[in-house]
Amino acid sequence: MDIDKKLVKKIATLSKLKIEEKEVEIISKDLSKIITWVEKLNEVNTKDVTPVANPSDIKIPFREDEINDGKIEEKVLKNAPEKKAGYFVVPKVVE
Amino acid sequence: MQSSNNWETIIGLEIHAQIISKSKLFSGASTNFGSEPNTQVSLVDAAMPGMLPVINKDCVGQAIKTGLSLNAKINKRSIFDRKNYFYPDLPQGYQISQFTQPIVGSGSIQIDLKEGTSKKIGITRLHLEQDAGKSIHDIEPNKSYIDLNRSGIALMEIVSEPDIRSAEEAQEYVKKLRSILRYIGTCDGNMEEGSLRCDVNISVRKKGEELGTRAEIKNVNSIKSIGQAIDYEFKRQTEIINSGGKIDQETRLFDEKKGETRSMRSKEEAHDYRYFPDPDLPPLEIEDEWIEKIKKNLPELPDVKKENLINQYKISSYDAAILVSDKNNAEFFDKIITGNKKRNAKNVVNWITGELFALLNKNNLEIKDSPIKAEDLGELIDYIEDQTISGKIAKNVFEEMFKTKKRAKDIIEKKGLKQITDTSEIESLIDKVLNNNKDKVDEYKSGKEKLFGYFVGQVMQETKGTANPGIVNDILKKKLAK
Amino acid sequence: MDLKNINLEECLKLLKEKKISSKELTTFYLKEAKANKDLNAYISLNFDNAIKLAEESDKRISTNTARPLEGIPIAIKDLFCTKDIPTTAASKMLKDFKPTYESTVTQNLWDAGAILLGKTNLDEFAMGSSNETSFFGASINPWSKDNKKYVPGGSSGGSAGAVSGNIAIAATGTDTGGSIRQPASYCGIVGLKPTYGRCSRWGIVSFASSLDQAGPMTKTVNDAALMLDIMAGYDKKDSTSANLEKTNFYKNLKNNKKLRIGIPKQYKNNQLNDEIIKLWDLGIEYFKKNNCEVVEIDLPHTEYALATYYIISSAEASSNLARYDGIKYGLRSNSENINDLYEETRSEGFGNEVKRRIMIGTYVLSAGYYDAYYLKAQKVRSKIINDFKKAFEKVDIIFTPTAPSDAFEQGSKIDDPIQMYLNDVFTVPVSLAGLPAISIPMGLSNNDLPLGFQIIGKSFDEDSVFSAAKIIEENSNFKKVDKK
Repeated sequence: MDIDKKLVKKIATLSKLKIEEKEVEIISKDLSKIITWVEKLNEVNTKDVTPVANPSDIKIPFREDEINDGKIEEKVLKNAPEKKAGYFVVPKVVE
Repeated sequence: MQSSNNWETIIGLEIHAQIISKSKLFSGASTNFGSEPNTQVSLVDAAMPGMLPVINKDCVGQAIKTGLSLNAKINKRSIFDRKNYFYPDLPQGYQISQFTQPIVGSGSIQIDLKEGTSKKIGITRLHLEQDAGKSIHDIEPNKSYIDLNRSGIALMEIVSEPDIRSAEEAQEYVKKLRSILRYIGTCDGNMEEGSLRCDVNISVRKKGEELGTRAEIKNVNSIKSIGQAIDYEFKRQTEIINSGGKIDQETRLFDEKKGETRSMRSKEEAHDYRYFPDPDLPPLEIEDEWIEKIKKNLPELPDVKKENLINQYKISSYDAAILVSDKNNAEFFDKIITGNKKRNAKNVVNWITGELFALLNKNNLEIKDSPIKAEDLGELIDYIEDQTISGKIAKNVFEEMFKTKKRAKDIIEKKGLKQITDTSEIESLIDKVLNNNKDKVDEYKSGKEKLFGYFVGQVMQETKGTANPGIVNDILKKKLAK
Repeated sequence: MDLKNINLEECLKLLKEKKISSKELTTFYLKEAKANKDLNAYISLNFDNAIKLAEESDKRISTNTARPLEGIPIAIKDLFCTKDIPTTAASKMLKDFKPTYESTVTQNLWDAGAILLGKTNLDEFAMGSSNETSFFGASINPWSKDNKKYVPGGSSGGSAGAVSGNIAIAATGTDTGGSIRQPASYCGIVGLKPTYGRCSRWGIVSFASSLDQAGPMTKTVNDAALMLDIMAGYDKKDSTSANLEKTNFYKNLKNNKKLRIGIPKQYKNNQLNDEIIKLWDLGIEYFKKNNCEVVEIDLPHTEYALATYYIISSAEASSNLARYDGIKYGLRSNSENINDLYEETRSEGFGNEVKRRIMIGTYVLSAGYYDAYYLKAQKVRSKIINDFKKAFEKVDIIFTPTAPSDAFEQGSKIDDPIQMYLNDVFTVPVSLAGLPAISIPMGLSNNDLPLGFQIIGKSFDEDSVFSAAKIIEENSNFKKVDKK
């Protein structure tokens, strides 16, 4: 599968990565190569096979409904690049 | 309005209901509303490196309870998927939700419409997902402030079938759904605080034609807004089609102030959420015993309760609907009607929905905070029934009870309001009044019939209103007829 | 006393017999690590605290209240969150990040009395097989010679290099597609990836959630068993953690198991180097000598494992790394609007290999491609798991090379991602199936660089893996030459 430049830019936007114009060509080639390589999976007959998301057989474990966390605002904000009055701060988001 | 000129409006609603639980869906932080920013945030909620989700059993139970109350199928095996997108109030960069295999499958609810008819609205599915944090845009001009307290609270997303055909139906659907959720205690249904949110999907078509393109309307935060948004969209969409245009499939925001919807600025392209099963969470498996246990402990639902009230007490559908619209109304009624078998159901309903509601509304109170307890209202009703006091006096006593929280018995005694029903006593009072007003009696006898009321008034004055009006009327009529 | 070539078991004995103090041991290793900076095996060293902790350990030892690993300095891969100590994942994105919490696995080690020696180098966000993608520069294989720089393997290259280079007694690593085993093989040490779910993932910077596992990297099999007993255990904060009884791997080493050994016929082909085939056959002889039955087994979907792995791990990584957005912690590039904030921060913070994998991951999950790639890969994964299940009906252990070659020179493969990915051909199928596997050094290549072999076991049967590994260890008698 050829990952053309348009697709590269679309993927970059979805991943929130900035790709310089001069890099787009290289990345397009790299990604195309990798995707072509993984396409060999098409040789495998997977009719009626259940997909596996996790190798373990366990069921989801439950937690009791109790408040045993939170009230750690200092820790939560400790590494924040920008914070004020207990909030995380970012450039204005327009809806 | 929506069915004019052979136009048909096709509406589906997506409701996000915050689950009542102490802690969040995948973290042990509190779900309290209105705390200081970021004080109810765990490291998991803040998406610190290496943090992992662990599911809250009660939240799952609440979803099962809700599914059962919506006559829906509980899926014993369901999967959590990640919905991937970037937004500052979404710390993980993905929301844990359910996409292909939700916990609850298809169900339905009945809604009651104005004309007295009832309609079944299908429910496609219900699934569990995390709520996002809050962004505040008006603290600083060029900045947005992020509070993650809400991030990770459990939500149930309830998707209706596109069975809704009008603003009224949409509003009734939301009201009914809200009342069910409040009844069973899985969501407090508070739209102002945001614990119940509604997205409206709406398209129009000429009757008999194919389905139109739908628009999704977000930010519809009250029952009133639902009606306004639908009315506006109907106009907007039909106008576009009538002038030869096409409807864009898009997400629009409802503007409460203007009563209009507008296109969202930032959506040049559709979101690609890249759903995939969350590898941090094994499948959710629910045992039959658990479902049975929850089923057994379900309270009587409003629709069932309504039917039972009508059948048992022969009250009208309208009255029954009011009683079941709030669990507390029904409980209040129950207490009175079961307190004394002789009490008349229609009577009781009238007192609750008439006098009591009027005073509660005037004083901005909910029935659960009523100064008059159910048993005390019942007692008052008994006094009217056994003629201890007259209906008119009862109203005054009622107001006094509301103001002072005293029992009827005490007020009646203290103020000497007991009704006089002794006919001889009344007769002598009437004689007294007639004797004192001989000239008016003559005027009455010569045709001034209006004076009857004057005589009644005088008797009432003498007795401070406690004379039984019926008896007064009868005896007075007899005396004046002579 | 030769403190350089000492292993964990020997250290514990010396400490117990009071022939050495933890303070001496720790001071020695801090000095050695500092003196061997050119290996670039460490991103940071725990000068602030290690000696103090060592002194506390000495107190415990002297009052006979020593815990199982009391006083032992251990190197920790810089992917494990260590409280108040920089945890970088070898990325510019987290270069100044100090967690306010400790990972479960490292806490288990500290609760047993071990001491943090330093945080070791790795491929950025654990994505790589050569430790060349680290923001802090590549680390070097201590076996490098002739003025050439050889890679230690990856992603746990720093841990492997530190143990092999005698600047750590033992280390922790993480393994997603071979990141413990392959560097162990390149550096001539022992490295174990336990069964998925054996060790908690809580507090480990996440790469691919359905594949990541923490494990020990040590000089001997006994050391690995000792460490795994401490690292492993149920953690209710990790929903994928296995709720099993406490382990006794170290004690169980004494048991002599009669094992059935499987050799996958798809792996043993003429594309392999002669030197590897020779060692493989030698290993088979060792097993036969030890009363083990050796049979050929069938893993028919072997050739699809790498592609499956890259699709799945990239998909999970693209989502796991979405949290690095410049808002809550880590790097932030200044910008005027939120979209630029995301793009500038992530483009500046992530290296090329990480960006590549994020984009592959985003692509294979995106609308229109999900079924063809991600869903397909999950189905092939199911078939690979089945291959192993069937094979393990016939055998207890599977014996393969760890990597298709010895260590390569720095820079020789970095420009060709697929060439780089092929290093993991033997290790990746095991990760997809969540099985335990160890790499144990057997001999040297024609280039005088270590060659390791892999022993794979059934789910949660690390005991058999250790038993088989001991047979190879005892027979190979792989000598670690002092490389300086």
